[in-house]
Amino acid sequence: MKIPYPGAIDCDLHPAMPSVAALMPYLDEYWRDQLANRHIDRYPFVLTSYPPGAPLSARPDWRQPSGAPGGDLDMIRRQALDPFGSSLAICNVLHGAVALFNADMAAALCAALNDWVATELLDREPRLRASIVVPVHDPGLAVDEIERKAADRRFVQVLMLAMGEMLLGRRLYWPIYAAAERHELAIGVHAGSTYHHAPTAAGWPAHRVEDYVAQSTAFESQLLSFLAEGVFQKFPALKLVLIESGFSWLPTLLWRTGKTWRGVRPEVPWIDRPPAEIVRERVRLTLQPVDTPRHDPQILARTLAHIGSDRMLLFSTDYPHWQFDGEDVLPEGLSAATVRRLMIDNPLETYPRLRPAAVAGDTVGDAARQEAVR
Amino acid sequence: MTREVVAKASEVAPGTSKVVTVKGREIGLFNLDGDYFALANRCPHAGGPLCQGRIVALVQSDEPGHYRLARPGEFLRCPWHGWEFDIRTGQSWCDPNSTRARAFKVSVEPGATLVKGPYVAETFAVSVEEDYLVIELAG
Amino acid sequence: MNVPLRQASPALGLTIVDCDIHPAYRSPKDLHPFLPARWREHMAMFGEHLRQGLSGQLAWPRMMASGMRLDAFPNEGPPGSDLALMRRQHLDANGVECGMLMQLSKGGMEERNLDFAAALSRAVNDWQVEAWVKPEPRLRAGIVVPQEDADFAVEEIERRAGDPAFVQILISPRSSDPLGHRRYWPIYEAAQRCRRPIALHVQGFSGGHASTGSGWPTYYLQEHYATTTGMQTTVMNLVFEGVFERFPGLNVVLIEGGFTWAPALGWRMDKHWRRMRAEVPHLKRPPSEYLREHCWFTTQPIEEPDDPKHLAEVIEWIGWDRVMFSTDYPHWDFDHPQQAFKFPLTEEQKRKVFRDNAKALYGLP
Repeated sequence: MKIPYPGAIDCDLHPAMPSVAALMPYLDEYWRDQLANRHIDRYPFVLTSYPPGAPLSARPDWRQPSGAPGGDLDMIRRQALDPFGSSLAICNVLHGAVALFNADMAAALCAALNDWVATELLDREPRLRASIVVPVHDPGLAVDEIERKAADRRFVQVLMLAMGEMLLGRRLYWPIYAAAERHELAIGVHAGSTYHHAPTAAGWPAHRVEDYVAQSTAFESQLLSFLAEGVFQKFPALKLVLIESGFSWLPTLLWRTGKTWRGVRPEVPWIDRPPAEIVRERVRLTLQPVDTPRHDPQILARTLAHIGSDRMLLFSTDYPHWQFDGEDVLPEGLSAATVRRLMIDNPLETYPRLRPAAVAGDTVGDAARQEAVR
Repeated sequence: MTREVVAKASEVAPGTSKVVTVKGREIGLFNLDGDYFALANRCPHAGGPLCQGRIVALVQSDEPGHYRLARPGEFLRCPWHGWEFDIRTGQSWCDPNSTRARAFKVSVEPGATLVKGPYVAETFAVSVEEDYLVIELAG
Repeated sequence: MNVPLRQASPALGLTIVDCDIHPAYRSPKDLHPFLPARWREHMAMFGEHLRQGLSGQLAWPRMMASGMRLDAFPNEGPPGSDLALMRRQHLDANGVECGMLMQLSKGGMEERNLDFAAALSRAVNDWQVEAWVKPEPRLRAGIVVPQEDADFAVEEIERRAGDPAFVQILISPRSSDPLGHRRYWPIYEAAQRCRRPIALHVQGFSGGHASTGSGWPTYYLQEHYATTTGMQTTVMNLVFEGVFERFPGLNVVLIEGGFTWAPALGWRMDKHWRRMRAEVPHLKRPPSEYLREHCWFTTQPIEEPDDPKHLAEVIEWIGWDRVMFSTDYPHWDFDHPQQAFKFPLTEEQKRKVFRDNAKALYGLP
């Protein structure tokens, strides 16, 4: 189903990462020296999770003859923003720096990347917003980067990968959440792995397609980690967004966690209400990939009923990843009210920093609201 | 409603429980600092023998990593799935609105008064001057 | 052999097959009659060698009485070690016509010393028959084998294949490689040949990897859930490696790993397979079809959605013929046959879930 009216907020857009050469002006002299002398600047920092040639990584009509998909701002406008009438889009740049073990190098590249995003994307296209990319495995350096970029309110989120060093709810990471909460930034956990662990409890599967399908189990584990460790109690204003996660797995997690909690509550006594209530209030998931069958809208409807909330899904294209064809970005069978919620209301509720732009003098957003009322 | 004599008060010391069978139903008797309570020995979750569970305090927390015990001896943990029930009310801690163990009204009555009524139990013959626990059962 | 019909569970109106019962050793010496002297000495001197930091206990301590029902402790020995109590409290009380033994402990599945693992496996299989199946004909055993030593595993499977006391083959889903890896294929070939399903019961001990793809959980609340994510990734791997394409007669039972995730996993696998199928040309059909045709699920611990009808919807998606009742007696998160389903089942659904699906799968009378 096509987007019915303009004004959507795309919560997962992937401009291509810049080359190291493009990042050089944003690095200090030590890193410029090191990257050049050690030939590190000849490497593309591609994440294993998204091999450039794989069908999932880019839709054929979104590839260009030269340059990476999502690497051209005009193409992003023409292919990702305009066709869907998006009023805003959050850029989640996936960069391999986060998989480096040297956290200092990772931090330097992340900082350069964030500065590049601000200059090359946000300054040039007013509809764009972004996530702050940080070296999660060194929480101190991650906090430094959050503090450095937080004043630019076009950054709305802190970005992490679903499979990293440790489960993300752990207290080691709490300084990151404290900083994010302080600055009204959401925490965005995106599909992908640094592969610092085997992706499954039984080791390393042979195929990429399986690693990708298995991401849902990583999201389950991460969500449960945030919940069990009490992140939602410790940081009462923090919102967690699961990005490119799918959502068909969510009912099982809600049901099982609730059941087990009733029996093991004294282990985690800071969880003071049913886990499903906490999740519905504090956790969001982006729309793509829609992992219920497209041919059967009834299954989607029942899955949403099992999830028990219409506030959790956030519109996304996941451009240029290949999750749908043509302009068929919405699954069939959603009610008009649900469509309105996921296109506009849910993203605004989730990302406090989106709100000023959407409220003041934003004619695109206004048109969307009028259209919806009609 | 019938009133059934179920045990001598002295058989249920403070902090302990005793399961008795009354008219074919198993009922757990509890003594919280001299106040007596009775719950059906059947967990409303999945039918487990609730009153054979441990009597515990309520674990509470103000923030992750901090733990404290409150209301010692006032909660029962079902011996199967560990659900916590308030002994005084039968309410499930995690699901107070819709899960509740069946509770029975308990009173302590001196044997001398009871022997006069229509309900005479065999234990009366032993010593009528002791206190007895009497519960109210429907039907 | 004829299994005498015991008293049916009153509310159910039928005798049941329980697909997950845990026997236990009264003491580790229970295995001694079945272990050669050299391994008895080894056990005493060195003990088991497992992949965790604590010896003889779990690194995520359980919340209830070592993970057991508090009312299942016999006078001597741990829960599950006393056949008389098991009969009284469970087999007789709950109308169990047939029960599948799941012996998880000291069978060698997670033992790092493969020679010791082989000796343990053989001993545990002997013990199951002598201590449980012979005295109690309602029980059936599983051939416990160390999956990391495929050669020995095949040998042991073939040794037991002629004994009807054994109805399935137990390996650990927390293996050192994902179970679809071709080094485990000889085990599947043997299973297919002797027409027994592979039984994957969730395991507490690691095969060498963290229980999630992103590290180790902190709390038991999480570790308990990791059994379901682990089961999902195991199934995914069996499908994507083409195990079911290669062994079309192989059946797999997923025990205690949940089941409501199965439809979602099927949809997810299909969606991404359609996009990436060039990577896995050995799959001739959509992944969900292999899942649907080759996998069975035991019910315990059953989910308890706020609206019980939601669970019925999910089972409808899975198929009422694929779900088999289990209690997990004597563990704490035991499901009682009369209480497990909080919505009414039709007579046909009841017969299938509580009895006939298991009878068909295991070839029981």
